[in-house]
Amino acid sequence: MTAQTPTEPGTLSRRQRRRVEELGQRRPWAGPNRHYDILRELSVATVVVVILTFALALTFSSPDEAPVTVRDWASATPSQFLTTALSELQGTSTSSTYGPPYNHGDGSTQSLGGISPQKLLGVTIPLRPAQAFVLHPLSLVPGQSPLHVALSKFEGASKAQQATWEAAYAKALAKGKVPAPSEVRSSGPLGVMMPALLAMAKSGALDAALTAHGRYYTENYTKPIMFIGDGATGPQADSSYWSHIITAEHLQGDQWGMMNETGSWPGQPWLWLYTLWYQVPPMNGSANGDLMVIAIMTLLSLGLLFVPFIPILRSVPRMIPIHRLIWKSWYRRDTQANH
Amino acid sequence: MSQADPQAPAHHARVTHTSTAPEAWTTKLRRAWLKRLPPEKLLPDNQPAYVASWTYTFGVLTLASLLVTVLSGAVIALEGATWWHLSRLGHFVNSLHLWGVELFMGFMALHLWMKFWIAAWRGRRALTWMTGVAAFMVSIIEDFTGYLSQTNFDSQWISFSAKDAFNSAGIGAFLNAMNFGQALLLHVVVLPAVLVGLVGLHVILVRLRGVVHPFGAGDGSAAVAPVAEPGASSEIESEQAGGVSR
Repeated sequence: MTAQTPTEPGTLSRRQRRRVEELGQRRPWAGPNRHYDILRELSVATVVVVILTFALALTFSSPDEAPVTVRDWASATPSQFLTTALSELQGTSTSSTYGPPYNHGDGSTQSLGGISPQKLLGVTIPLRPAQAFVLHPLSLVPGQSPLHVALSKFEGASKAQQATWEAAYAKALAKGKVPAPSEVRSSGPLGVMMPALLAMAKSGALDAALTAHGRYYTENYTKPIMFIGDGATGPQADSSYWSHIITAEHLQGDQWGMMNETGSWPGQPWLWLYTLWYQVPPMNGSANGDLMVIAIMTLLSLGLLFVPFIPILRSVPRMIPIHRLIWKSWYRRDTQANH
Repeated sequence: MSQADPQAPAHHARVTHTSTAPEAWTTKLRRAWLKRLPPEKLLPDNQPAYVASWTYTFGVLTLASLLVTVLSGAVIALEGATWWHLSRLGHFVNSLHLWGVELFMGFMALHLWMKFWIAAWRGRRALTWMTGVAAFMVSIIEDFTGYLSQTNFDSQWISFSAKDAFNSAGIGAFLNAMNFGQALLLHVVVLPAVLVGLVGLHVILVRLRGVVHPFGAGDGSAAVAPVAEPGASSEIESEQAGGVSR
């Protein structure tokens, strides 16, 4: 620094000018000021926002579609309901094969680079779909001795025998309608159990049984949502009751559903980048798509957080002079002063 | 009173005694606070002349939207999570809450973009930037738990579809999107506390560090005296050697 006069811009290297600039930024502002009233600004802003919020709420209101219940589903598409219930008994539903945190299956586990956080953290929300969605609710039905006899017979039978009955019932269901009693004679106790489950579902009692958790108060909807979801994710996904509603409301994953909301309301537009990754390969066709998107968004979020320390990224605002628009009046004043 | 008066009442003697006691933590904190952030800096009545663009209002509009959102959410909390399905007034308050959130997120995104393009992290303001970005990220999670707490079709579908992403990353092991009670408590207690804390810290840092100066303006002294002063070099050099207080 001895051979230079640091305050003469022409004699400083670019790096030195940046350093001088940075040190200037650290000092309190010593230039001209203007009048400012912070409380008045906050008050005016609050009034503006209150007016805007009331105007938007009065004009556009807010959406409120009722949730789909097991009762709705079973009443609208009884054979689809029975097909899903049967898949729970067979252990072939999405919930049955899911994996952590619900069970030890491998149907929906994801990994990246050989690492699966899902498997590492294990089963923390135990869920046995056959028991939770079908067998336990049926055991709660009072005063139906034929049903309880059938239930005991099914639970006491070997796995092979159960599979034989299930296959017979599935064959009857494949016709696409609720099987008549004459069509399910070879299904053993399922000929009694499945109509009883359907009746329970249509009455709304199954909704209550799935949320009860053995206590009076309830707040956990994992079981009914997973059960209804099984109806919308299996082989019959495209034609399922829930899928039709979801597609009509533009909420499917390939419809940017993560950020949408029922109807035409804006939903969560701030999730646009997160949702975008689900629309492009390889994420849109990979079994590990969710984990890939989470990994990408984690990296991008850390990038945004640490912008001040990332060499090229932190210089972008200097390279693309949008700041000249923001500080237009200041630079104009500076130019006039120099003239 | 320079000397202890033997005729003085007993409580005077006690006052004299406490004045020689070690400085209280409270006194130290107050002194440090007032030194770094005096009232005129916390609640200023002037600001740098370059803070003239309307884009600077995005920050205060974000704060105002947060206020409206918290207040409308508090009204819903007074009546209960399912009130708005059963009452026209409740539905309207829910609409205020929804649009308050949309404005809050919109203004915050614009504020963030504006601060990016002026590189607002310069001059030891990195923590100000980082608390702002952290507040934006926490807001996204806060909004998400709000959608889970609506107790309607949106909640049902969003919780079902979100579980796969949560589970894949291991988050589902301790955050169950289909557990309404967990989502609601996160939405009305834990996340608002974190968010308001971050926003409060962000605002204090803005007042503490000041608004970032324009590129090339330095500390603005050249704007008052356009000809560079020779003394400026020694000041810069001394700061390079010993650092700066702010």
